Amino acid sequence: MNLFNIFDEITQVDSEFPERISPRRAAIRNLASMSTKVAAAGLPLMLGSLFKKAYGQQAPTDVTGVLNYALTLEYLEAAYYTKGTAASGLIPAGPGRGAIATIRDHEIAHVAFLKQVLGSDAVAQPEFDFTAGGTFGNVFTDYDTFLALAQAFEDTGVRAYKGQAGLLKGNQVVLTAALQIHAAEARHASHIRQMRRARGGAAAAQKPWITGANDSGIGAAVDPVYAGEDNVSQAGVNIPSLNGIDGKLSNNAATESFDEPLTAEAVLAIAGLFIK
Amino acid sequence: MESSIKKTDGQPLLSDRLTETPVRRRQFLQYAGAGAAAALVAWGCKKDNPGPDMGGKGFYFGSGDIAILNYAYALEQLEAAFYTEVISNPYGSISDWERALMMDIRDHEIAHREFFKAALGQHAIDSLAFDFSAVDFSSRGSVLATARTFEDLGVSAYNGAGWLIQDVNYLALAGKIVSVEARHAALVRDLIDNGSFANDEVVDANGLDLSNSPTVVLEAAGPFIKSKIDVTDLPTY
Repeated sequence: MNLFNIFDEITQVDSEFPERISPRRAAIRNLASMSTKVAAAGLPLMLGSLFKKAYGQQAPTDVTGVLNYALTLEYLEAAYYTKGTAASGLIPAGPGRGAIATIRDHEIAHVAFLKQVLGSDAVAQPEFDFTAGGTFGNVFTDYDTFLALAQAFEDTGVRAYKGQAGLLKGNQVVLTAALQIHAAEARHASHIRQMRRARGGAAAAQKPWITGANDSGIGAAVDPVYAGEDNVSQAGVNIPSLNGIDGKLSNNAATESFDEPLTAEAVLAIAGLFIK
Repeated sequence: MESSIKKTDGQPLLSDRLTETPVRRRQFLQYAGAGAAAALVAWGCKKDNPGPDMGGKGFYFGSGDIAILNYAYALEQLEAAFYTEVISNPYGSISDWERALMMDIRDHEIAHREFFKAALGQHAIDSLAFDFSAVDFSSRGSVLATARTFEDLGVSAYNGAGWLIQDVNYLALAGKIVSVEARHAALVRDLIDNGSFANDEVVDANGLDLSNSPTVVLEAAGPFIKSKIDVTDLPTY
């Protein structure tokens, strides 16, 4: 993961991003100059504190933290589909309406479920700006933009839950529920990708699974959503060195067959673009 | 992103980390006692139904995390064998796009299968034999209904076994695979009935996907598995 590329990408989408974090641009420069001095393992923590200042979110360190992190993402998705289904003329008549309503209802159910589990520890719903400061100004008037962002949110959600599984290890109730939500998000992602493929255009090559890094057809703005999805090595096993049916497994098969996690910092950086 | 798991001199990590003692003890018991009886039964079966080696040796899953990994390996073997047959013997009406999707899924399941085999090393169970006689491979409906069953079952299996996994790195691997199975499941469901990707057969009122214990999953998969498996020490609930 190249942290500085992520900063660049975010800055492209959110021009105010460097200004939002404190101590402003100097922090980015310092981060760059410090990178040779600071152990790589220290960077995510620093990054986390930067994003906390920028967006008021922080990386979880315990079960309650994971649940609130999940709740924040579910708030975002639930609000997104609620606004989308309420926008007149956005979703054409046909099976798409039913599918988006199904997904919306699941996200609303996830919010209710997580709030119930968290009780008084639940964080409040943030205010959202789904245009990301104007970058996606037509998100609720252009169906293709709406589906593109939906795909980015679903694929991010899948990666986000995956990244927190370790903090829930051995917890029958919470880990199982998190995995169950995680799988539902993956089903959503699969379907949204099919919907986008059917729409054609930039999304005509979409598959239900993620091929390499950023196969979304959305452009560099969502590179951070797919950063690292081109990994082909799992637990020391190089997947393209394994035998398939006609020779070795392809690189595409290797990247598609394993979804990759995202750190909380990376997820909050993405979600933060849409949180006021 | 680089995994926190590091390659050690080209050796698969998982087999490096296995605790071998319980497996060896168990295998010894197999050879010494119950194994002999099982071999007799297997020999008896073989006369009527020449099938795979039914001896316990190759199909003992082990215990702890190794057993769970072998459990996943068994399910991936099942799926890979099924899709391999789907592609080598496709239903007549298969479209180019459906064939491409089925080939992708086949290769994903083979990647999962071969990954577990490589990662488990000497602790991997042997290749299982399967019975797909209930599937009509010339029928799109039969093939897709079977695919749906396997994919939904696979999702429920990983979801239900996650909390039993002790090693955080194995848990992470299970997480990387289960969402791909869920992507398959949604696609197959949509091929059968567009819009059924996450209907109330598979996602409940809380928005939660399926979850099943290893015992329940193996009961469901059992009719397709010809080999006699020994899951005595597989964690379950």
